[in-house]
Amino acid sequence: MTELDISAGNKKISKSALAGMQARSVHAWQPVGGHLITKPFLVLAALALTGVILMLYRYAAGLGAVTNLSDGYPWGIWITYDVLVGTALGCGGYAVAILVYAFNRWEYHPVVRSAVLTSVFGYSLAGLAIFLDIGRYWNGYKLFLPWTVNFNSVLVEVALCIAAYVVVLWIELLPTLMERYPENARAVATRQRLERWLPVIAAVGILLPTMHQSSLGTLMIIAGYKLSPLWQTQLLPLFFLLSAVTMGFAVTAFESILSSLAFKRPYETPMLGRLSVCMAWVTAVYLVIRFADLLIRQAPVFTSGFQSVMLIVENLLYLVPVLLLVSPGLRRDLRFLFLAAVSMLLAGSLYRFDAFLIGYSPGPGWHYFPATAEILITLGIVALELMAYLYFVKRFPVLPAAHS
Amino acid sequence: MGLSRRDFLKAAAGGGLALASNLSPAPVLAREPVPRLPDALGILYDATLCIGCKACMAACKKANNLPPELCTPDSLWDDPVDLSAKTVNIIKLYKNGTGLAKDQEINGYSFIRQFCMHCVDPSCVSACPVSALTKDQQTGLVRYDKDNCIGCRYCQVACPYNIPKFQWDQAFPQIVKCQLCDHLIAQGGYSACCEFCPTGASIFGNVQHLREEAHRRLSFKPGEFAEYPLHRVESRHTTRRQATPYLNHVFGEREGGGTQVLMLANVPFNKLGFPLLPPESQASRSETLYHTLYKGMILPYVLLGGLFYLIYKNTTGHDLP
Amino acid sequence: MKDRNFDHLPEHLGLVSRRDFLKFCAVAAAGMGLPLGMGVKIAEAVASNLKKPPVIWLSGQECTGCSETLLRATHPTVEKLILDLISLDYHETLSTPAGALAEGARHQSLQENQGKFILVVEGAIPTKEGGIYCQVGGKPVLQILKETAPQAGAIIAIGSCASWGGLPSASPNPTGAVSAAEALGGKSTVINIPGCPPNPYNFLSTVLYVLTFKKLPDLDDKARPKFAYRRLIHEGCERRAHFDAGRFALEFGDEGHRRGWCLYKMGCKGPETFNNCPEQLFGDVGARSWPVGTGCPCFGCSEKGVGFAKPIPEQASLKYFTPAGVPFQGTEGIRSGGGSVCLTPSTAYPPIAPPEGHGPTTAAVAVASGLAGLAVGAGAVAALKLGKKEPSDAPETKKE
Repeated sequence: MTELDISAGNKKISKSALAGMQARSVHAWQPVGGHLITKPFLVLAALALTGVILMLYRYAAGLGAVTNLSDGYPWGIWITYDVLVGTALGCGGYAVAILVYAFNRWEYHPVVRSAVLTSVFGYSLAGLAIFLDIGRYWNGYKLFLPWTVNFNSVLVEVALCIAAYVVVLWIELLPTLMERYPENARAVATRQRLERWLPVIAAVGILLPTMHQSSLGTLMIIAGYKLSPLWQTQLLPLFFLLSAVTMGFAVTAFESILSSLAFKRPYETPMLGRLSVCMAWVTAVYLVIRFADLLIRQAPVFTSGFQSVMLIVENLLYLVPVLLLVSPGLRRDLRFLFLAAVSMLLAGSLYRFDAFLIGYSPGPGWHYFPATAEILITLGIVALELMAYLYFVKRFPVLPAAHS
Repeated sequence: MGLSRRDFLKAAAGGGLALASNLSPAPVLAREPVPRLPDALGILYDATLCIGCKACMAACKKANNLPPELCTPDSLWDDPVDLSAKTVNIIKLYKNGTGLAKDQEINGYSFIRQFCMHCVDPSCVSACPVSALTKDQQTGLVRYDKDNCIGCRYCQVACPYNIPKFQWDQAFPQIVKCQLCDHLIAQGGYSACCEFCPTGASIFGNVQHLREEAHRRLSFKPGEFAEYPLHRVESRHTTRRQATPYLNHVFGEREGGGTQVLMLANVPFNKLGFPLLPPESQASRSETLYHTLYKGMILPYVLLGGLFYLIYKNTTGHDLP
Repeated sequence: MKDRNFDHLPEHLGLVSRRDFLKFCAVAAAGMGLPLGMGVKIAEAVASNLKKPPVIWLSGQECTGCSETLLRATHPTVEKLILDLISLDYHETLSTPAGALAEGARHQSLQENQGKFILVVEGAIPTKEGGIYCQVGGKPVLQILKETAPQAGAIIAIGSCASWGGLPSASPNPTGAVSAAEALGGKSTVINIPGCPPNPYNFLSTVLYVLTFKKLPDLDDKARPKFAYRRLIHEGCERRAHFDAGRFALEFGDEGHRRGWCLYKMGCKGPETFNNCPEQLFGDVGARSWPVGTGCPCFGCSEKGVGFAKPIPEQASLKYFTPAGVPFQGTEGIRSGGGSVCLTPSTAYPPIAPPEGHGPTTAAVAVASGLAGLAVGAGAVAALKLGKKEPSDAPETKKE
């Protein structure tokens, strides 16, 4: 989010906020710098190029030419990975914004910018994936015409919210971009104006993901019996929301640790430890509701074959961060924080895969496994995302400045 | 961390419970079930009359200008294995054991026709984000309009019968589904499948009349001679044959909120490829939940207001002006 | 017309009236797909031929059905026409003399009409053990044929037996029966008029064509005159509309059969048999006077590999079908007509839940598992690095 100039000493301000603000005023952001074109960057570029060529082929020859989608499995990994998991991974900005702005935890402010940056790419590329996936993309504008939109459709809510949130995210990113040009009077003015609007932008930026991340779950309610009772529940929106929040925390920790490792920067272990505890709490609540729901509905937890295995794996992965982070000792060890974050990300991703693909069965006889080209296109999108991240981190003040 | 935990619990109470309160596993305020339209049109398919001649398939392709589906390498036959973007009506075969006796579950066989059921409360119409799929206010037929369609395929996810099909091999694809030959109905005709059915296995008509006809057939004693109307339910052109036993179940009367296509058979419908659906439609489950959460956009606005207040306070240190 | 040679007609044709004769020639011309005026030309050619063309009719393994069909041509006195029009010098069934006298007539004709006579072969030619299974006057018919053929002006094989082996060649073919063309080893051109029996007009038209134009008619890859064997029976069938609409009779006497629906599902071989039965009809008694017209499925009598080879109830293969009316391209070029308006459904049924969609391919699994492995590896490396190298400026972290 933006860096703010707030007059301190207001009597109503909370102690925590004050401490946070002092912390904030100490830290600042700076570009990592260094060469952009490195070996990993070139590898990513090659992957991205492959992906782009296959995307062009998809537009020329139709979806059937590059994907293994069928009438039984109309949604494959592009929706499940690129959109569902992609936006959940892009929930870092959302989760941290809740902590910082709604709960006044300013000590997390240093990671806000990098979290927003991942969110921007996560969501923007999810949008790209949607345009790859929808068959009649030239009609896409119909989603925004009030007289064609069907307000009974959950997908409308998801699509409109994601579209709006992408815009909000770019607005949130703007100050970071402007900061690169301190001499430019216009850029400075824009920045200040944006900062005045911060409460509105931040509020909308928290509301929109709350709405669409829960609605992503509501999407599958209408699939009825096609989704296994292990996942089909009226609580789907709540589960999707909670898992999006936890994945947001996890991805923030994950990214912070990895970028510290990759750019040889100091770790932010204490802050990440506290962040992970928030994550563990939300996860614990999630797990309690999840199992209560399974119990009440008497879902066939152990008798659904492969789906049962996936359900158990998914929930074990959820359990790992809770167990790891219960102990304050482990909480201070970066390796366990990393492990907890990775486990959380895997759990959330697997939950999304389960609820949209593995638990989904249109009837006996149908099969789906992504085609090679389908995987390569997804890989190309991920590569694009990483390239953009590297570029922004090295050229723009995104990561917290090193304490030195 | 004390404060954090308290804050967290507050959040759970504020944000989470607002959601959770409306999300009890059995929704209390289910949306009103959609009633049947008085002038609804439909088809009654009677598997015991079907001889598997596939005249309906050939007629359907011709009436709807659909291409043949060449599934074997020698490309000799229009031989679809399932409904697809080239086939919106198909005759399938159920076979068990020796497969000798017609319309018998064990050691028997039965034909079954699959095509759009034209639900009373269609999931596809509820799911379609851009109103490309609509239900006719008069006849209740579920139609597709390619000019609105964005090709998201949510209808395919939503349909309990897997009816909408997508043109995977096209660069500019469409969804394809049975529209009950509404172009023929508009010209005063009726569905080609019923027009060409030689045995009266498929008959076209007002759904109310079709239901009466279905129950009339269920009342026949096996072995007695009975008249079966041909082509249309009100037709005076009938065939006379010995009634065979029926399963006492008119598929589509209640399933998933009811359908305008009704089916009779003597083999349980789940064996014939039909899902076991609760009387409540999937669309109503989804819409109940969705509209509870977003009723009048009250919940989102309240949430937005709360967030704005909190953030304003936290960033400026002031209460709202 | 008066100035033409029709005055000779009574002399040649006995009881045939001039009117009947012209009518026959016009019908023959139409049957061959010739322009209208050709009928006159044929008539002229026939009438002007003062010396009747000699015909030698050899019989192999046959049932005389082909001769019979010719005699049953009830078009006004056609048998008289053919018998008076040509000089049938030798025919084992029809000739008045018998024994040595008949054989003598053949020899005489052979000597007198070197290279001018028409040789008609009826019946298959047995080849096993030197052809001893069919002998005439103590001589195998194989030998007789081989002696006679080189001297003939034109050779016509009448009936399926002479055209491609027919019934005698049906498996296990104990006598080694072959067609006339095969028996001659491909040395002479043989016009095949297959059918069991063939339509007499196909034969007569061929004879008239040869007489009129002094050349062979257009032949297809099986040496059948194209004017008669160019199209599938299925293409001209009066029940074709029922096939396209999917209305099939399923057994004799059922509702569909009584209503005159398509006999395809009862084993009608119309879709793989080339013949003009639906257009030419039999016996000159009006519409529907052909097998399918009377409700009997075609059994493909004139088609090699179909008649006497395929079981009668077996459903015909639709190999000559092309989608949406695209002409069929065979070995001898494009056949007119080709396919149907649209392909009709097959008679097989899909199961309730056929396997569908796309399962994993080796490549996709390899890529996916490669990526997973890469991710696990990278994660492990990162975790290890974290363990080894704790940054000094993170005071709260303990080394373990």
